[in-house]
Formats: sequence, C-alpha cells, structure tokens
Amino acid sequence: MNASSVGEGRPVLDVRDLSIALPKGGDRPFAAEKVNFTVKRGEIVCLVGESGSGKSVIAQGVMGLLPKALPIAGGEAFLDGEDVAKASEARLRELRCVRMAMIFQEPMTALNPVMTCGDQIDEVLREHTQMGADERKRKIIQIFEQVRMPDPPRIYASYPHQLSGGQRQRVMIAMALVLEPDLLIADEPTTALDVTTQAQILQLIKDIQRDKGMGVLFITHDFGVVREIAHRVAVLRLGELVEMGPTDDILLRPKHPYSRMLISSVPSMHPAERPRATESKLVLRTENLTKIYGGGSLFSKGHSVKAADKVNIEIRQGESVGIVGESGSGKSTVARCIARLIDPTEGRVRLGEDDVALMPQRLLRRHRRRIQIVFQDPYRSLNPRRTVGDSIIEGPMNFGMERSEAWARARKLMETVRLDPDSLDRYPHQFSGGQRQRICIARALAMEPELLIADEAVSALDVSVQAQVLDLLDEIRQRLNLAMLFITHDLRVAAQVCHEVAVMEKGIVVEYGPVADVFLRPQHPYTKSLLAAAPGRDWEFGKFEAA
Amino acid sequence: MTIALENEVDAAAARAAAVARPSVWKRLSQNMSVRIGGAMVLVMVLIGLAAPLLGTIDPARIDPTTRNRKPGVEVTVRNDDGTRTTRTVHMGTDSLGRDIYSRVLYGARVSLIVGISVASLSIVIGVFIGLVSGYIRWLDGIVMRIMDGLMAIPGILLAIGLVSLFRAGLGTVIFAIVVPEIPRVVRLVRSVVLSVREEPYVEAAISVGTPLPKILWRHILPNTIAPVIVQGTFICGAAILAEATLSFLGIGIPTDTPTWGNIMAEGRQFFRVHPHNILYPAIFLAITVLAVNMLGDGLRDTLDPKMSKRV
Repeated sequence: MNASSVGEGRPVLDVRDLSIALPKGGDRPFAAEKVNFTVKRGEIVCLVGESGSGKSVIAQGVMGLLPKALPIAGGEAFLDGEDVAKASEARLRELRCVRMAMIFQEPMTALNPVMTCGDQIDEVLREHTQMGADERKRKIIQIFEQVRMPDPPRIYASYPHQLSGGQRQRVMIAMALVLEPDLLIADEPTTALDVTTQAQILQLIKDIQRDKGMGVLFITHDFGVVREIAHRVAVLRLGELVEMGPTDDILLRPKHPYSRMLISSVPSMHPAERPRATESKLVLRTENLTKIYGGGSLFSKGHSVKAADKVNIEIRQGESVGIVGESGSGKSTVARCIARLIDPTEGRVRLGEDDVALMPQRLLRRHRRRIQIVFQDPYRSLNPRRTVGDSIIEGPMNFGMERSEAWARARKLMETVRLDPDSLDRYPHQFSGGQRQRICIARALAMEPELLIADEAVSALDVSVQAQVLDLLDEIRQRLNLAMLFITHDLRVAAQVCHEVAVMEKGIVVEYGPVADVFLRPQHPYTKSLLAAAPGRDWEFGKFEAA
Repeated sequence: MTIALENEVDAAAARAAAVARPSVWKRLSQNMSVRIGGAMVLVMVLIGLAAPLLGTIDPARIDPTTRNRKPGVEVTVRNDDGTRTTRTVHMGTDSLGRDIYSRVLYGARVSLIVGISVASLSIVIGVFIGLVSGYIRWLDGIVMRIMDGLMAIPGILLAIGLVSLFRAGLGTVIFAIVVPEIPRVVRLVRSVVLSVREEPYVEAAISVGTPLPKILWRHILPNTIAPVIVQGTFICGAAILAEATLSFLGIGIPTDTPTWGNIMAEGRQFFRVHPHNILYPAIFLAITVLAVNMLGDGLRDTLDPKMSKRV
C-alpha cells in the first residue's frame, strides 16, 4: 500500500447528505442532518463538536451500529464505493473489522472481561479468515508488537482487568487493525486516558495510520487532540456540519462564528498574569497531610496505599491554588481530606486558628460551613428529588437561618451565578449540565465559605460552557475575596485560573510553586513529562489570523 | 427575566432536559400488568370487605343434615325457630355441612389482612434496619450477620417454630411470616443505601452540615421507595401463600376462623370424593397470588426500569 500519499485518489469514506433521525419528542428532529464529508486514504479526519453535536451518532451510522431508536433518515455513506448506509446486517458484519473497524472511548467495557485479550482477537480472525490456529496466534503476537505492547505473549494470555488503561486501548487498536481495514473509526479513544498515556496512544494511531495508509475518522471534543493528529477537521454543531477544512485553516482562520467561539474557548497553556496578594490572610494550611487507604480487614492483612503523603499546601484569601496530576495521583484525596469528607490518617489541616484534620464529627459540624466543595459530575451533585431552591437553602437552614431569609439569599445567589431566580422551584433535571454546575456553586456560596474547593468542577463540561463557568468562578473569587482550591487533571485549566499550582504524583507533591514557574520552568521530571504530553501544548488557540 | 443560557449548545441541552416525561401515575396506568393485576386485587379486597352482603351465611355454622353436598345443589335447612329455608350451595358444603361459598369469601379477609400487614410490617422494620445498617459502617457487620443467620433457616420452618412458641392466632401467624421476610428487605435497602451514600449530592449535604437523621430521611430514603414498593408486593404474595401453608398444616389460624388454608386442610381427607372442598379455595388463592405478583411485575417495570431489563 502506498504510504506517503496523503489525500490521494478515491476517498475511503464518502458521506453524502447523511441524516439520522431522533425519536419523536426530542428537542430537534435529527441527530445529524445532511452531513457531508470524505475521508481519503492515508488521512486523519477529525469530527469535533460538543456533547449532543451528533459526532458519535455519525460514526455509529457508518458502522451500522445505530440503536433502533435512531434510524438513518436519508443520504449515503460510501465505503470504498459501497453504500453502507443501506447495507444489510449480514453485509455489515462482513465489512466490519475487514474493511472498517472502530475503537471506543472506554476500553474496559469494550472488551469482554471473561476472555483473554488474545482469544478476543482470535475470534475476529476465526470469523473472517481461513487461518489455522498457529498462524492466527503468530498474527496476533505480531499485531501486539505493532501496537508496541511489552511482552506480547503475556498480553495474549491476560484478561482485560490485568492490563492498564493504555494497554487495554492498545488491545482495542490491535483488534481493530488485525485485518488491516481501510477505514478506522476512533470514537474519543483517548478521553478516558491520562494525558501521558493519551500522548502515546495518539502517536501510535498516527504512526500506524501512516504505515498502513488507512483513512481514520477520529471523533473528539478536544482541540488539543485535533491539533496533534488531524489532517482535516469537521466542526459539528447540533447535528449540522458547520465547517470543514485543513486543520491549520480551521484553527487559524475559522469562518463560522460557532467554530470561532469554540476554538477561542480552549484555555491557553500559557499561564495567565495574575496579581498576587502575598500579604493577605492565610486561610488554609496543611501540614504533612497523609491519608493511607486499606490496611486489611478483620481476616486479611491487605496492603495499604498511601494516597496522600505528607502534603503541605497553603492558600491565602483571594488566591487560588491548583492541584494537578493524573488519575490516582491523590489530588482528590487531598481535597476530600481538607473538606473532611474522609478522615485524614495523619497531619494537620489548619483552618485559620483551628485544626480540623482530626476533629471529631460533633465538633466539626461548626466548621463545615467554612469549607465548601463543588463536585465534578453536575448530574449527580444535586438531589434529583428536591427542587434546586431546597438544595441551596439546606445548608443555611442547618445553621438556624429562617426559611424566608434563606430563600431570599438563594434568589440573590441565583443572580450571582447568572440564573433566573424564579427557577428556584424547578428540579435539577430541568437544567443543563452547565446550569447545574452554577447551581452547585450557588449552594456552596450560600454557606459563605472561606475556602471553596472545585474538585474537577469543570471537567465534565463542554469547552464553551467550561470557559464560562471558569470565568464565573474567577469573578466570584475576586468579588468575595475567596480562597480557592482547584483540583484538575487539565493543565490548561490550571494555567488559567491558579496563582500557585502543586503537581502530584502517587500521593506526593513533586513540585509546588507559582503557576508561571511550574509551567514555564518545570524542575521535576514528572512535571516536565506531564507538560510535554499535553496535546496541542505549543498552539495558542483563539489567536486567529484575518481570513 | 429569562434564564440566562450560556450558549446555544447548552441551551439545546436545557431544552432537551425540559422535555416533559409522563408522570409516574400516567405511566402506571398505561401498564397492562398493573391494570389487570391491580383490578384483580381490588376485586378481591371488595369481596373480602363485602362478604356479608354477597348472599353468604355464617361461615362457621354447622349443619349435620346437609353434609358433603355437591356445588349447585339446593339444600333445605331447618332454622332454630322451626321454619325451613331452601337455598343453593354454590360451592357445595363440607363434611360438617358448612357452606364453602361463605367460607371462601370470608377467608379472603384473612388472606388479605395477612398479606398486607406482613408486607407493611416487614417493609417498615426492614427499611429502618437497612438504612441504619447501610449508613453506619460499624453496625453493618453485626446486623448483616444476624440477617444472614435468619436467612439461613427456611422461612416456613422458622415460622412453624415461632408459631409453636406462642398461642396460635392471627397475630402470631403475621409475626411468624414477618420475621423471615425482614432480611430480604434489609438486604435490598442496604444495597440501595450503599450506592446512594457515595453520590456527590449526599456528600454535598454532609459538607453543608446536614445532620445524619436528615440525610437519611431526605437524601437516602426516597431512593429506596420504588424498589421497596415492588418488593412489598412480592412479599404480600408470598405471605398469602405462607399463611395458607401454615393453616393447611394446622398450625396457623385456629379452625373456627375460615381461611383458604384451613378449608383446604379440612377438605383433604375427602379430596377424592368431594374435590370441591379444595378446588374453590385453591382457585381463589391462586388468582389472588397471581394478581398480586402481576401488580408487582408491572410496578417494577414502571418504577424500576433498570431492574426489569436485568430480569
């Protein structure tokens, strides 16, 4: 196969006027409406859009994996000249894996947990080829080598739970590539992975794509990933393709206002200039905060994990401190110890003059008010059975405030977070994710805290909504002179909102200092690798050239 | 002032969220199992309540002259004051001359009382223990081992043992059936509590200083209601059967109160010659338990859709 020619000849995938219907009673008639795009041989095309833009539905439509509730309502999708939108189920089965293959976001659920990784790929080969058992095994070991797995024979005999997230995704990629399809569809394949693993997987997809000359349809919401991997980009908005073009054109000279808005919402990796208030009051100081999980039960002496090891951080009034790190680094553990949602094993948490780290529950209740936390998942942070007003006034009423007074405060707070005060008697399911996160912020502010902890508070939000919630948090911090602790895995977010940042690895703070120092002059090798792995790190999003 | 929307994508999400879902009552009334099961249960309740008005006579009245009559036969009874009345015995009479039709209709009362009170008692006690056990970690181990112990003994055997400890009667029977049912409710409630207590909204309630009883009442208990109602209907069906079993074995309700189990127990000796003694109470028992279970299935499908897909 010709490896060098990018975008030459007949397209591998040619989607014409593809429409996919939504069930009746939805907010719009089509999940995807008259979408046109092509993927040529040896080319990576990114479909990018926010949640609900229909990007995954299009991929499923091409693969013939749409649920019954979402039928194809019109249009064609030609795979090597054959219309897969109208293909029979039997024909689609023949095409999948052989001519087109797909990898998914969550490799743990996409793999069968009771089959070894080797057997799962073996199944594909048995189904689609006439190879003998030995030949198949050789082929599988070979493909594992191609996706750069360490020790392929061991991986062959391993079950999915015995592998790391990145290795599982490599198994998925191996399975997708084993029959050398012409088209690879990747649906957010790196979203569930840590940033360093993500960088490796992206590199792998890029290399294999170049070697085999496949066409890749890559679905993502992350413009950093787009910058890293795409040859061409298609921007989707509510099921419509608003703009398509070469990556540099779209990132530098977007024509459609929606693309411009979306791209300029991506936070910059370059730390923002922030005036410091070093002489202001110290709100929180942790001294050797340590949390050890495990230690076994009555019958077994289990091994223990140091989730946080001698963490020392300080937060001053009006300042925000970020804790960044990959999953399992212990950043959330620190936040939850400070908020006393879990009990620290050792150390002190000084809140002003008081040490709340090992304070018993009945004394602690008085101090609960002073630290408030906003959680990651806006869909689970509000009790679905209580009106948002009841959720907001719950705290103040716990501390003896009259209902009418608490309600008046809730109305004011709704204005602070730019929501309609009259919607206080609605239920959470009547709000969007971004609105719910605003309500959670209002609930936290109702307690008039000294410290606000945002535990991945914007990670579940779309980039444009995220930008607005970040602005809101920053504005509130300045206006109320709040101390803020920002837990995030997203270096871009940390760069934009924090004065100081602590980098955590395996429970230990490896680097801690002003954000500009950490981002521009990192000292610790882990910080360096983290920064190097951030997708699109060298790109300043939103600095458009005149069209 | 309208709600300030962040942007159009979020606005679309908000619109989608605002699309009204039919209310629980509407969904319930559209479910066939709920309709049929509910209607049959309602008919049984009405029969039990209106038993004296449905052409019955005293179900305990013994008449040696009209023993073992076939269903539909006319019998003439001499009253105490010497007059004679003639009536049709719809379901025949038993070996003591008692009217089976009257006995079956009055028997519905006992079955329904036992079913409903066992279901409500075991739910009230089970929900309380389950909430406490699921939320208070150090109690969990102790409580659950006791529950495991109770579950290890076959329910009907435990009930027989409990009845033999006390005087036979309605209260004893209810108590004896409630005890083995409690662990099942406790386990169900505990499992719901264990998953809900990790929800961020519960943690948010803790961090705004909500005291424990309020957290349990406001944030955790409402999540258990749907599965507990569903479980309650199945307990009700099982309890009706258990009562009939106990009475059939002669250790349940004393024989002077007619229950479906009693009637069948007494008809057992003459089953080959006079099958109607057993047939009619058995039909009522089967229909009632079927109706209650249908209602439960329907409730589960509407209130707890995740569970229905799994089954």
